[in-house]
Amino acid sequence: MALLDDHVREEVKRELAGLPGAVKLLVFTQEFECDYCAETRSLAEELSELSDRIEVEVHDLLGSKAVAEVYGIDKIPAIVVLGEGDRDYGIRFFGVPAGYEFSSLLEAIKMAASGDSGLSPEAKEALAGLKNPVHIQVFVTLTCPYCPMAVQLAHRCAVESELVRADMIEASEFPHLANRHGVYAVPKVVMNERVSFEGALPEKAFVDYLLAAGS
Amino acid sequence: MAELKFLVAPEIGKALKEDHPYDLVIVGAGPAGLTAAVYAARKKLDTLLISKDIGGQTLLTSDIENYMGYHYISGKELAAKFEEQVKKYPIDIAVGEEVVSLSKEGDDFLLTTAGGKRVVARSVIVATGKRSRPLNVPGERELVGRGVSYCAVCDAPLFAGKDVVVIGAGNSGATAVVDLIKIANRIYVVDIMPGWRADPVLVERIAAAGEKVETFFAHEVVRILGDERVEGIVIRPRGGGEEVELKVQGVFIEIGLIPNSDLAKGFLELNEAGEIVVDCRCRTSVPGVFAAGDVTDVPEKQVIIAAGEGAKAALSAYAYLIGQRR
Ligand SMILES: Cc1cc2nc3c(=O)[nH]c(=O)nc-3n(C[C@H](O)[C@H](O)[C@H](O)COP(=O)(O)OP(=O)(O)OC[C@H]3O[C@@H](n4cnc5c(N)ncnc54)[C@H](O)[C@@H]3O)c2cc1C
Repeated sequence: MALLDDHVREEVKRELAGLPGAVKLLVFTQEFECDYCAETRSLAEELSELSDRIEVEVHDLLGSKAVAEVYGIDKIPAIVVLGEGDRDYGIRFFGVPAGYEFSSLLEAIKMAASGDSGLSPEAKEALAGLKNPVHIQVFVTLTCPYCPMAVQLAHRCAVESELVRADMIEASEFPHLANRHGVYAVPKVVMNERVSFEGALPEKAFVDYLLAAGS
Repeated sequence: MAELKFLVAPEIGKALKEDHPYDLVIVGAGPAGLTAAVYAARKKLDTLLISKDIGGQTLLTSDIENYMGYHYISGKELAAKFEEQVKKYPIDIAVGEEVVSLSKEGDDFLLTTAGGKRVVARSVIVATGKRSRPLNVPGERELVGRGVSYCAVCDAPLFAGKDVVVIGAGNSGATAVVDLIKIANRIYVVDIMPGWRADPVLVERIAAAGEKVETFFAHEVVRILGDERVEGIVIRPRGGGEEVELKVQGVFIEIGLIPNSDLAKGFLELNEAGEIVVDCRCRTSVPGVFAAGDVTDVPEKQVIIAAGEGAKAALSAYAYLIGQRR
């Protein structure tokens, strides 16, 4: 059975019409023992049916160990969104991007297709001064209306800077990780395991934290 | 496993034009602001809709059964439909922005955002709605995000198998309990009043969960315990008596709402509840500034009322701008 109903399919078609470049979704799954692995894979495949610029490549976490290592995939389900020429901007989704996070997946696809982060000129300038790699983890739940703001901002920063990788993490699918980072409210953002905060911040504040994490 | 839903939601961070005098800036994109946007766009006003999110409180509502035209619709779906209708029109929409101040600048109004952006408007509609009221007890502020939550819909999934307390036995509190029954291990409910003030349908659903839910009515919260994270809560019977300590990992506060009128403080007249005072044409104490929906002193806070007020505010703003041109 299709995950996306007709109405949503129409909206998605509209959102993804005229993508300026090719996008590849690398889906990491496993046959068994993963909540939402099957759904994540179907979701990616249904999206590729709605746009001829989207290609899907499915990998088994263990079977494609080498590929998983290249992209830093240590848990499943996972989606890596690659741009034109398989360019890796550092956009990752761990757990199924359903509910409110579906819009984050669509935004990530649009961003990877254009290569444009859409950040303000000030934020772009600030990120150009980033010195060290920053790994952003944004913990979310699928029923949280404020979470996509944090996820999308993190992904924008990843597109803007080669040094940034940004993961959406659906907290209820990875309880151990959520526990380790003390996730009791979402969105919760963790940067390089050093800096962390709750809530969807405006762009400037978010970038300031990012620079602190990368200093 | 829960049934999956897929929401195609707002584009975030779409550019707004700085230092460009808009005919109308609408602050807040709940039912009031979204409806105002449609009316303003149809009058061909050069409009900016600026808001932290699209949908406002409807995003936090599981089901709405009293908005005309729909027997039943989830808050998210209704917000998505409102948004779709607004997006049919070529107005500027800036989501993810918080307006922190509103003032007069010459003949125009100046709005500034938390990120330092400046927006100029010839007229303004404040439709910023309401947000959760804090308890104001020791431990609460320190433990926000460490187990204290004001968004049950958002955070409930993080408390799988845990013991939690819901403060407030009105409709929002009861809805939080219903959501948590499927997730948490044990749920305590604390309210200062002697019983439920929620719709009977919700109370019946909670009763069906049996011993999983334990109520402490006519109790007040003394303090929330914990250093790094919530470890418990201390309550006591109203009017005196022994304190009771409950061991919980989560505290969901659902004790009503306060108006988001901070940006208008000292500029617009507010009533003692902090609501913006408006007349029947949504006019505030400052000509050219209008207000609509839950943030105003209009009685009854409902989607349909906020939407109607939003329409009225946009038409009043239009009349005001026409008057200015003469
Ligand atoms: C749990 C719950 C259940 C409910 N159930 C129902 C129901 O079944 N039926 C019904 O009719 N009503 C219901 N309501 C009430 C209804 O949701 C509100 O009356 C309605 O949403 C008010 O609309 P509004 O546009 O005035 O404000 P809001 O919906 O509060 O929207 C305000 C908007 O302003 C934004 N904002 C706030 N401050 C700023 C700022 N400084 N800068 C920028 N943007 C800002 C917010 O992000 C939001 O988008 C319910 C409310 C809750 C909380």
